[in-house]
Amino acid sequence: MSDIAERVKKIVVEHLGVDAEKVTENANFIDDLGADSLDTVELVMAFEEEFNVEIPDDAAETIVTVGDAIKFLEKNAA
Amino acid sequence: MFDLSGRKALVTGASGGIGGAIARALRAQGAEVVLSGTRREALEALAAELGGGVHVVPADLSSADSVEALVPAAEAALGGLDVLVNNAGVTRDNLFLRMKDEEWNDVIAVNLTASFRLSRAAVKGMMRRRFGRIVNIGSVVGSTGNPGQGNYAASKAGLIGMTKALAAEVASRQITVNCVAPGFITSPMTDALNEKQREAILANVPAGRLGGGDDVAAAVVYLASSEAAYVTGQTLHVNGGMAMF
Repeated sequence: MSDIAERVKKIVVEHLGVDAEKVTENANFIDDLGADSLDTVELVMAFEEEFNVEIPDDAAETIVTVGDAIKFLEKNAA
Repeated sequence: MFDLSGRKALVTGASGGIGGAIARALRAQGAEVVLSGTRREALEALAAELGGGVHVVPADLSSADSVEALVPAAEAALGGLDVLVNNAGVTRDNLFLRMKDEEWNDVIAVNLTASFRLSRAAVKGMMRRRFGRIVNIGSVVGSTGNPGQGNYAASKAGLIGMTKALAAEVASRQITVNCVAPGFITSPMTDALNEKQREAILANVPAGRLGGGDDVAAAVVYLASSEAAYVTGQTLHVNGGMAMF
C-alpha cells in the first residue's frame, strides 16, 4: 500500500471514528462508513490540509469512496 | 456570563451606528474584533476609541472580490474567526412600481449575497475548530414588510431563511446561526424626524421609546456567547414590542 493510501486511511479512521479494517478502497464514505454529507466536505478539507492541495468542488463531488480519494491524491498531490 | 475572552470576531458595517455598538459590546466582553466597513476614517476613529484588541479591514461588500477577500483577511489578522456578524446593509427605497432593477440588485447584493459569501467562507474554519457563531442582522420589516422597501424587506426576509438553512446544516459542529431583527433604532435618520413624525412612530412601539444600538448589541453578545450554544436558527426581535411573533 502506498504512503498516500496509508495517510488517507488514517484521516478517514480519525475523522469518522470507524475501525481501520472497514476502511477499504471500495468503502463508500456515506453508505459503508456512516458519513453524512457534511462529513464528506470535512474529509475533503482534511485531505487538502494533509496533502497541501486544493480539491475543486467538481473534483470533490467525484470522491465518494476511499479509493477515489487515494486515486485523486496520487495524481494531484505533490 | 457572556464572557467572550479569547473569541475572535468580525463585524461588517462597523462604521455605522448599530455596527459600531456591536463592535464596542463584543470588545467590552473580551473579544478581539475586526472592524469592517466602507468608511476607513470612521473605522479608524472607532479603533482609536477602543484602544487595543481591534483591527481595521475596510471592504466594499457590493464588490464580489472585496467580499471574497474579507474573511481570509480577518482570519489572518485575528488568527482565526469564531464570530461573524453580518451587519452591513444598505437601503434603496422606492415604491414597488417605480423600483429599478438596479435598486433591487444593489440591496440584495450587499444585504443578502454578501452575507451568504461571508458565511460560506467563515463556516469552513468554524467547522475545523468545532465552534462558531454567525449572527445576521435582519430587520423587523423582513417579517412585517414595509411600503417603499420591497427590496430591503426581501433581503432581510431572505436572511432569515438563509439563517435557518445554514443553522440546520452546521448545528452538529457546534456552530450556531441566528438572526437579530431590530425595530426602530436611533440613528442620524431618526434624529432628523420632527416631533410629529416621532410621535407617530412611537404610537406603534409599546416600550414608548426608540431602541438604541446598545439594545441590538446586547442581543448579539448573547447569541455570540457560549451560553447560547443551544439557540440556533432563531430570529431574536429587538423592537420594543412594535411587532410580536
